[in-house]
Amino acid sequence: MMKKENFFLKNKTFTIFGVLAILIILAAIFAPVVSGGVDPTAGDLSQAIEPPGPGHIFGTDKMGRDIYARVIYGARTSLVASFAIVALVFVVGLILGIVAGYFGGIVDIVIMRIADMMIAFPGLVLALAVAGIMGASVRNAVLAIALVTWPKYARLARSLVMKIRHRDYVDAAIVTGSKTFYMLYRYMLPNALPTLVITAATDIGSMMLELAALSFLGFGAVPPSPEWGLMLSEGRAYMQSAPWLMVFPGLAIFVTVVVFNMLGDGLRDILDPKTE
Amino acid sequence: MSKKQLISRMLQIVVVLIGISFLTFLLTYVSPGDPVRHMMTASGTMPTEEAIQEIRQEMGLNDPFFTQYFRWVGNCLHGDFGNSYMLNKPVVTLLAARLWPTLKLTIFSVVLMLIMAVPLGMLSAVYKDSWIDYLVRGITFLGISLPNFWVGLLLMLVFCVKITLFPVISSSGDFRSMVLPSLTLAIAMSSKYTRQVRTAVLEELSSDYVTGALARGVKFWKVLWFNVFPNSLLPLITMLGLSIGSLLGGTSVVEVIFSYPGLGNLAVSAITSCDYYLIQGYVLWIALIYMVINLLVDLSYYFVDPRMRLKG
Repeated sequence: MMKKENFFLKNKTFTIFGVLAILIILAAIFAPVVSGGVDPTAGDLSQAIEPPGPGHIFGTDKMGRDIYARVIYGARTSLVASFAIVALVFVVGLILGIVAGYFGGIVDIVIMRIADMMIAFPGLVLALAVAGIMGASVRNAVLAIALVTWPKYARLARSLVMKIRHRDYVDAAIVTGSKTFYMLYRYMLPNALPTLVITAATDIGSMMLELAALSFLGFGAVPPSPEWGLMLSEGRAYMQSAPWLMVFPGLAIFVTVVVFNMLGDGLRDILDPKTE
Repeated sequence: MSKKQLISRMLQIVVVLIGISFLTFLLTYVSPGDPVRHMMTASGTMPTEEAIQEIRQEMGLNDPFFTQYFRWVGNCLHGDFGNSYMLNKPVVTLLAARLWPTLKLTIFSVVLMLIMAVPLGMLSAVYKDSWIDYLVRGITFLGISLPNFWVGLLLMLVFCVKITLFPVISSSGDFRSMVLPSLTLAIAMSSKYTRQVRTAVLEELSSDYVTGALARGVKFWKVLWFNVFPNSLLPLITMLGLSIGSLLGGTSVVEVIFSYPGLGNLAVSAITSCDYYLIQGYVLWIALIYMVINLLVDLSYYFVDPRMRLKG
């Protein structure tokens, strides 16, 4: 118990933002409770475009839907989708990178040339095209962003594997008869894992931003689902008469991204003492 | 960069273009949207099934995948990227008309960004660990987490709606209409660059030649401007190249917000209306421009960094 206390005191950034991140996640999980049982998609046209006040603390939108409930429920989409992207690119990048680095030769050439191709291209453009062509949905937006992000992870994993690939202890393990899968699992994976975890943790925030941008452009979440980027885009038309429609969803994105970025930085400081 | 490297880089560009063209063509081929249906509904007619099939046949949309792909690539090589279904004009003409506004916007926002980031980054490095440094670092941290479309909307709310200083719709593309879109992009980028400048300047400040110059009694500000600053520009150039490239594609969000007549805005409406030739043409052009800019940046090292010339 004593040791744990020290850990949290020593890593204040990590602790503070870890708690905040958990709060956001809890708010998303218990959205029905946190929003006071208000349905985020049920509108009441008699209460359309009401400014923030006692009844609706963040106001209501053009359909009379409660903005506060929508912002809280929006955390679900944003968190689930960004975690899905990060998990997807992490797993795909890790596997392809390790395989490319370990086997080398033609496998390496094929995987890395595909990765180079994706990197040699502005990511958002391709993500836009892919998400748009496949049709607007959160799932497609996740796939589109994952498609343009995995090469970064594959390259990283590959370079980490290449560093130890021809060390004596690796060769020794092969010579003494370790199976290929065992080599990948016991030698290559642990070597690549820490750096990739750090990268993934610091990427969650930017994935949220990209996702919100796609939804904002109409290539992500579809109405009437509560999603922050989509809410901003819906609120745009009412900028003059109802600025709260775009203030609160934007604030929600901003705060969440700050918390997860800080958490990622905190995690990096713990796992990688070399920086700073 | 040696001649051999240059040739291999150019070959690489060609390979990437082939890959990208294949990928986008495949995507449009398997996509659920039907361009003919879109075209008909856009013109307000309710098409019969036979009419749709007839037009598909006419346009060659029923041909096997590779026949379509190679026909399209062949046409592209002859400079014909097809006609936009939506606007009924050649894709090349449409893209060319939008290229300059986007380029203008990109350059202007990079300039604005440098005006903000370079002094802030240098101040932060020179007064390391003072309150200025903490303030700048705090601001840049928040800045990285700001969604650029939100910044754009807030700027619009303040400067167009509350005090009507700038037009809400920037469709004219003149200077006044460029101010807010480029300010949005510049704010979004400046945080990253401020940090980069700070790191680069700090690194230079701690090197031996600075200590030496100061020990010989050279004024600090002189060292900062004539030695440290030029040397810390190098890493900045690489980043600038990448930024300009991705800005050309990444301005779409901001262009849509401000209704700016640029490439990104065109692309978004092309994607929404399943305008396949336009999407394909756009993706290919952006890829080409992006890679050429990166190549130019790498070549520019040759002029900026004398060490590269010696290696020759």
